[in-house]
Amino acid sequence: MKQKYLFNIMFIGLTMIFTTTAFSEEYVIDQHNKSFQLGGKKIEAITIKAGDTIRFKNEDPFFHNIFSLSDLKTFDLGSFPKGQSKTVTFDKAGLAEVECAIHPEMYMEVSVQ
Amino acid sequence: MDIKSPFNKFGQKVLLALCLSLIGTSVLATDLSHYLRPSEIPQPDNNRMTPERIELGKMLFFDPRLSGSNWISCATCHNPGLGWSDGLPTAIGHGQKILRRSTPTILNTAYQPLQLWDGRARSLEKQALGPIEDEGEMAQRLHKSEDRSHGLIDELNALKGYRDAFETAYPGEGITKKTIAKALSSFERTIVSTDAPFDRWIKGDKKAMSKSALRGFTLFEGKANCAKCHSNFNFTDNGFHNIGLEDATDAGRYAIRKVKILIGAFKTPTLRDIALTAPYMHNGAYTTLEEVIEHYNVGGISKENISPNIKKLNLSNSEKSDLVVFLKSLTGKPSPITYPMLPVE
Repeated sequence: MKQKYLFNIMFIGLTMIFTTTAFSEEYVIDQHNKSFQLGGKKIEAITIKAGDTIRFKNEDPFFHNIFSLSDLKTFDLGSFPKGQSKTVTFDKAGLAEVECAIHPEMYMEVSVQ
Repeated sequence: MDIKSPFNKFGQKVLLALCLSLIGTSVLATDLSHYLRPSEIPQPDNNRMTPERIELGKMLFFDPRLSGSNWISCATCHNPGLGWSDGLPTAIGHGQKILRRSTPTILNTAYQPLQLWDGRARSLEKQALGPIEDEGEMAQRLHKSEDRSHGLIDELNALKGYRDAFETAYPGEGITKKTIAKALSSFERTIVSTDAPFDRWIKGDKKAMSKSALRGFTLFEGKANCAKCHSNFNFTDNGFHNIGLEDATDAGRYAIRKVKILIGAFKTPTLRDIALTAPYMHNGAYTTLEEVIEHYNVGGISKENISPNIKKLNLSNSEKSDLVVFLKSLTGKPSPITYPMLPVE
């Protein structure tokens, strides 16, 4: 009986891990011409799901330093040069404001559903 | 007043293309169109520039009655004869108090999205009243207070000349914090750089820049790494960097945004009319351009939280000299300005 109970718990756990992995996505947001770009187009907002990841990739020939001080998600990716990228996973629903510390005109909102 | 640039954007590009095709130096092999003057002066929809607004803003800018002492005007620190700055290492404010930051030139602020050394004002309109009310700077009250029987708005309202000028510039809006800020901003947007030798050269005048200046430009864009931050028409990325100055007391942009890289970081200043705006840096640390170049040549003095853009450059003496000559080629002939008559009744 105990074995069956443990088996059920493990099955539910594995199912949850599998479904989360299967449905969470990664978005690549480029930093190009001092703007946030998705698929080559400048964006100022993006909607994603809880559990999704954004990969911030620097395509400019100078450093960027992406950060957010939002209640939803606080992070500071530090400065990184052209060609490098860093990821952030947004695990809760809400709104995050993302900026570049060096170039404050770079601003976007991440709406997590 | 025609607020459009006298230089047509298409014409500029044609001239630049001709320049690029006719002169085959290594400097001109790349696209330099980002250095061209924008075709229009940026201005917000809710405060379009008109001759009346500009004239009112000019009166306010030069009027010492905007300060609590009735002795300091905006032009006291932003002196048109001194590159719209004051020639001092750091500003002197109310009661002769020496302030901790230098007076930035207001030349070309119209092109800057953020104002002040730490970028805390997101527009000229949001910046305009800051120094007036700041206790250390002009120490004025906009409204009457416990220590003042009347404020600036009362003082301006008492003068027919100002009442009429505000009504003409902003009909029906009266004399308010908003209209004072709007008028000052309108005038400040007219303070733009004139064509410097660099501008004439980039538009095709091959004789406008000396060989030394051209070598300096090549260094500026390459080995000396200057263009990483001093980019585009206004020679600024409008960004914030800690450049390794010895100044442990001023947090700079970090006071506005608590991100580590911003500790000791300040806004990249324009290099336009740089020969007129010494001393240099946010704390006025250097009195000559040669000292500035040497600062960057050694990779900054303080390494604490220094920008990754700052590295030892190993410039030769002649290279340093060429860079200074190039920087001076960014200085144009300042536009003459007439002092406005101020209302006395």
